[in-house]
Amino acid sequence: MQVKPYGDTRDDGVVQLSFTLPVPYSVKSTDVGKQFLERMGLHDVAVAEVKAIDPDFTFYVAFARTDVTIDPEEVKGDYLEVEQMDYYSINRLIKEGLGRKLIVVGAAIESDAHTVGIDAILNMKGFAGNYGLERYPEIEALNMGSQIPCEQLVKTALDMHADAILVSQIVTQKNIHVQNLTKLIELVEAEGVREKFIIIVGGPRINNAFAKELGYDAGFGPRTTPLEVASFLAQEARRRMWS
Amino acid sequence: MDIRLDESLVTRARECAQAIAGDVWQHIDTHTTDSVERASLRLLGVVGVNEIDVPLVNVVVEHGRDLLSGGIVAPFVDLMRRSGTGAQTTAEGVAAGALSLQAVPAERRAAVERRAAELAKEGVGRVDAARRRREELVGKLADPVKPWVYVIVATGNIHEDVLQAKAAARAGADVIAVIRTTAQSLLDYVPYGLTTEGFGGTYATQENFHLMRAGLDEVGEELGRYVRLCNYASGLCMPEIAAMGSLERLDMMLNDSMYGIIFRNINMQRTFVDQYLARMVNARAGIIINTGEDNYLTTADALTKGFTVISSDFINEEFALRAGLEPWQIGIGHAFEINPATPDQVVYQIADAQLVRQLFPEASPKYMPPTKYMPGDIFMGHIIDAMFNFTGVFTNQSIQLLGMLTEALHTPLMQDRYLSIKNAKYVFESCRHLSEQFTVKPGSLIEQRANETLQKAVGQLEHVRGIGLFQALRDGEFADVKRDPEGGRGFDGVFTRAADYFNPFYGALAEGRLSGPPVGPAPGEHGN
Repeated sequence: MQVKPYGDTRDDGVVQLSFTLPVPYSVKSTDVGKQFLERMGLHDVAVAEVKAIDPDFTFYVAFARTDVTIDPEEVKGDYLEVEQMDYYSINRLIKEGLGRKLIVVGAAIESDAHTVGIDAILNMKGFAGNYGLERYPEIEALNMGSQIPCEQLVKTALDMHADAILVSQIVTQKNIHVQNLTKLIELVEAEGVREKFIIIVGGPRINNAFAKELGYDAGFGPRTTPLEVASFLAQEARRRMWS
Repeated sequence: MDIRLDESLVTRARECAQAIAGDVWQHIDTHTTDSVERASLRLLGVVGVNEIDVPLVNVVVEHGRDLLSGGIVAPFVDLMRRSGTGAQTTAEGVAAGALSLQAVPAERRAAVERRAAELAKEGVGRVDAARRRREELVGKLADPVKPWVYVIVATGNIHEDVLQAKAAARAGADVIAVIRTTAQSLLDYVPYGLTTEGFGGTYATQENFHLMRAGLDEVGEELGRYVRLCNYASGLCMPEIAAMGSLERLDMMLNDSMYGIIFRNINMQRTFVDQYLARMVNARAGIIINTGEDNYLTTADALTKGFTVISSDFINEEFALRAGLEPWQIGIGHAFEINPATPDQVVYQIADAQLVRQLFPEASPKYMPPTKYMPGDIFMGHIIDAMFNFTGVFTNQSIQLLGMLTEALHTPLMQDRYLSIKNAKYVFESCRHLSEQFTVKPGSLIEQRANETLQKAVGQLEHVRGIGLFQALRDGEFADVKRDPEGGRGFDGVFTRAADYFNPFYGALAEGRLSGPPVGPAPGEHGN
């Protein structure tokens, strides 16, 4: 079924917008904003606020209507279907199902010097109000940091008898992340240890479909929280190891 | 609106903090680090990089690595005298392989130390000149009313940063902090020159400091009030960045005695030595330091572990006083991080914030915004920020780091900063004299919470005093993070001082320090 935004009547198509244009405020600012939104295909534009927030910048709040519709049934993709669990139920699931701690090792691999992604998922502090995996009593997490060669990551995972390998790739200049990520999968396959691990990847340019294509078990994009990763790991471990 | 506190607990807390810091002092007094030695070279006037972008101070310190236990300054000044050149040319000579550092022979020792002391005095003179310039500008322009409105810029490109900082100042910001690029704290050198690319922030370089300072002076002149600049004296290069900031007239620096240990896994033996020189530089420069206790509450729970902020504040204060910082220069850190779903959240936040205000009456508390529970729903987030602003003005904080409605989504957009300043200005002006109208009811929830928090903080401080700070950090007393005294980054840069260790800056920075905050008229008194 096709749907449109619902403001106060079905199919009125009302959207609210705010944005800033890098131009000084002037007598025609309201029309500038209005026509800009009309060029986006919106109509019945009402500029609610137009304000100079600096001598060279004008801020807008506006409402408008759209004729665009969407049918949610038609939206298809390779989505990661994970039941979102909370901190306590994840720990409980691992404890009751696995009967030991879930062991994970993570790193930003090869040329990537950024720990921001792997830290957000693994460190105590976590991200967006979610604790990192180090904080989970039923997860033993090792954060190896950045610029870790694939060989070293795999060796560590084998030594620790890890259940999962988490890879972060932040830097994507000249598609360097594709090379790095491919190298890891080729390495575990060549060593004959691919099936020992759940291998997942996260980063600003990563999505699940792309990760699957490269041979990973799952991919996580921007704004992924530790909770989502932990939920996936616990459920995937249950699927593979104890059901 | 004072809360009745058990004053004997306050006395006990300070006694503990003194004992805890005193214990660490035995370590600080007997060690140096490569970053301390590099900072000393920077204060002597060494700048720039070699042909592969390695800073000359790193080149010289690496070259003299075997001499570091005695300090780099004596062999370096000896080399300057032998080659008959200034500090910069001497460093360039070392980098080119034309000059070589040696241990100073006994017969030249006295003359070298005399000359080094003169040069140290000159270096410190440059720091003093920047401080005097700030006093002159604040006196001429105006000093904003507190709480100061503090916002960040973080584009990665210094030119965009300057543009956004000016816009923020025009919208009402009093302090601009330039967020550093991700993981700069883990670099064991300070990048050089103007930069236009960064990740989640902008490189802290001396040239970037200089450009931002010039931009803020310009907009300050336009607005008729002094606009302050903040950056980060933290990480592996803490004392070096303090030195650069002091020369470029930064006004504020995040400069915690333990943050790097806990949150960046920097070795604690190194950090305690580094923070001392960094804070001595900041003390000299009239810079206000900010401590980082707010971070504890992003890992530990603010409702149940709020007391760890208070105990760490006492420890940070004691380390700061020992480095010569005056109370007004200590931006005691704390935060608004209790889960908004908690009934009476704001009542607890007011108790915690007012407690900090009363425990550190002469300090400049720095109040940090909600981050942990900020939703993607920016409309709700804006309201949580308003309650934070209310608590800040109601409890008379000195520095308010504004929350952004888009916190945790992206670095602030142009309009985010504007909306957040508008939020703060409205709340501050509309509630300016509200707290004077009230007294805290004896036996009230606020009084109970504040005393309970103080009691727990004293309990923790007494425990830490008993086991020592190194052991406390090993046990994860703060932020629930455990650190190994021999582990972490930068441990290989820690050196036991030899008997003849020499560094004239410790003396020069302490001697004849200027005192007091800059004084200026209130905004508007000039009619602008």
